[in-house]
Amino acid sequence: MALLMKGNEAIAEAAIQAGCRLFYGYPITPSTEIPEYMAKKMKAVGGTYLQAESEVAAIYMVYGAGAVGERVMTGTSSPGFSLMQEGLSFLFAAEIPCVIIDVMRGGPGLGGLGPTQADYFQLTKGGGHGDYHAIVLAPSSVQEMVDLTKEAFDLADYYRNLVIIAVDGILGQMMEPVEFPPYEGRKLEPKTWAASGAEGRSKNNVISYYLTPEIGEKENSRWGAKMLRIKESEQRFVEYRMDDAEYAFVAFGTCARITETVVDMLREEGINVGLYRPITLWPFPEKGLSARINQIKGWMSIELSAGQMVDDVKLVVNGKAPVGFYGRQGGMTPEPEEVVAAFKAQLLGGVQG
Amino acid sequence: MKSIFTKTTGLSDRPFHYCPGCTHGIIHRLIGELLEEMNLIENTIGVAPVGCSGFCENYFMCDMIGAAHGRAVAVATGAKRARPDRFVFTYQGDGDGASIGLAETMSAAARGERITSIFVNNCIYGMTGGQMAPTSLVGQKTSTSPYGRDAMTMGYPLDLPKVLTQIEGAVYVASVSVDTPQAIKEAKKALRKAFQVQRDGLGYSFVSILSTCPTNWGVTPVEALEWLQTKMKPNFTLGELKVPATEGGSEA
Ligand SMILES: Cc1ncc(C[n+]2csc(CCOP(=O)(O)OP(=O)(O)O)c2C)c(N)n1
Ligand code: SF4
Repeated sequence: MALLMKGNEAIAEAAIQAGCRLFYGYPITPSTEIPEYMAKKMKAVGGTYLQAESEVAAIYMVYGAGAVGERVMTGTSSPGFSLMQEGLSFLFAAEIPCVIIDVMRGGPGLGGLGPTQADYFQLTKGGGHGDYHAIVLAPSSVQEMVDLTKEAFDLADYYRNLVIIAVDGILGQMMEPVEFPPYEGRKLEPKTWAASGAEGRSKNNVISYYLTPEIGEKENSRWGAKMLRIKESEQRFVEYRMDDAEYAFVAFGTCARITETVVDMLREEGINVGLYRPITLWPFPEKGLSARINQIKGWMSIELSAGQMVDDVKLVVNGKAPVGFYGRQGGMTPEPEEVVAAFKAQLLGGVQG
Repeated sequence: MKSIFTKTTGLSDRPFHYCPGCTHGIIHRLIGELLEEMNLIENTIGVAPVGCSGFCENYFMCDMIGAAHGRAVAVATGAKRARPDRFVFTYQGDGDGASIGLAETMSAAARGERITSIFVNNCIYGMTGGQMAPTSLVGQKTSTSPYGRDAMTMGYPLDLPKVLTQIEGAVYVASVSVDTPQAIKEAKKALRKAFQVQRDGLGYSFVSILSTCPTNWGVTPVEALEWLQTKMKPNFTLGELKVPATEGGSEA
């Protein structure tokens, strides 16, 4: 049976269904429905919602609960996400599984409450210090928010890595029908590494430092190998009308939905275009995009930012075709007509991206 | 033959990395002994700070989590809420607990988190080589107050335990020292009470311990004890500052 739910609430419900019993957060628009939902529902399932004194504290509460081996989540929006960056780096190094939701809002600064995708660099290139990556998932519908949230907890446990679900404010606030189908899940090892009390075993330390550069390098290599494994196995994307496309858009989240309309409009005019929609922002789905390189005469990234993901598209395209960009900022979203016009000007008018 | 002293099973065999004359080691021993005596070793999750004691997870025989600088109390909160059945403590320096992590300390106290913080006050940043701490004394020379801490521009030492007595959720607050055998006994008594308060689920318990840093104070180990006694003690409220209501309420 389908329910009509707000994106933020759907994420919260999916997390509870995935066995998340601890939520630490600090209110911020447009993600506040997540802590509110958790505050209301955790009690009934014997879980804990705790309002932290700040996002800095919240991310380290997540760190503590994750280190003990429990399924834990926090949810925030861009300024709060900025405050969590040191914690993300520590979570990575201590290999503590957890799920973080970033419902992106306008920036820089206090910015605005409107939707944006301008945290892309921070999400995918590491907003914190050191060589680390989170697995970053970007749903584009409320249903996908549910499905990916459930999976996120498994991915986190499986790789002992932080997983971030990134949506813009529109997806967080939007109501759509959703279903909560039973979820099979991955086969997961027991968390024998957790610092949960050394009953009947030798003690565990969950830490993030190394005293000597030799160990430091070894640890970084080990994490690097894990990142490669994730890159190899977890790239995800969806294609829309790509099979006979000569030009392709790349867009995720809300932008991907707008761009589907753009594709249909251009196809009406007889121009063969398609949409390549990354679901994993990290690892960026290079493989699927590479597979289309010889077919596509021009690419165009559509984003709610000044142009961030477009850099990753250019890295994969590697000069083999022009790469255009169109974006809106500050909480504004593009009209399909604007995108059509930008596409024609940049890719059909011979302007190189 | 009657054995009158054995090493506690609460501590590992790893030699301490602390400087000669540093009292971090004495404080470790007291905690190790209490973990053993109160039968807590297998039931405990300890949280290590960043600071000179940032490697203490190698010494305590319980499970340990290494926090970021200043975040031990938030990490402990996360762990305790996840496992309310466990005994959870933080071990922190004064920079960790009273400067970068002050918000976490105050907020955990306000919430009455069922955790215990052991706050080691040496009036200086030991780990980073002797910079000014929130607890540095007026006039104290450090590498970032080379002309002495000037109250007009750098403020006054923060007497954190005294402040915490004002917070409802902090139910046990003690301020002790480890500069004499008698003081060490008192310190252990305070720690035992703090641990018991947590086990009884009464609220946040906090024990501040005045500690030496001969290396960064630029004195010998013996002079360090004198410095602690003559310079530090007059600046910080000492004693059992607040006890649970069941024990007759606040003594503050
Ligand atoms: C975010 C961050 N800022 C600064 C530091 C550097 N740092 C490490 S320990 C420390 C101060 C330690 O002093 P204290 O907490 O008093 O403990 P002590 O070493 O004296 O025992 C500082 C500033 C850090 N590791 N992380
Ligand atoms: S630097 Fe100071 S606090 Fe650190 S171990 Fe040496 S004496 Fe102790």
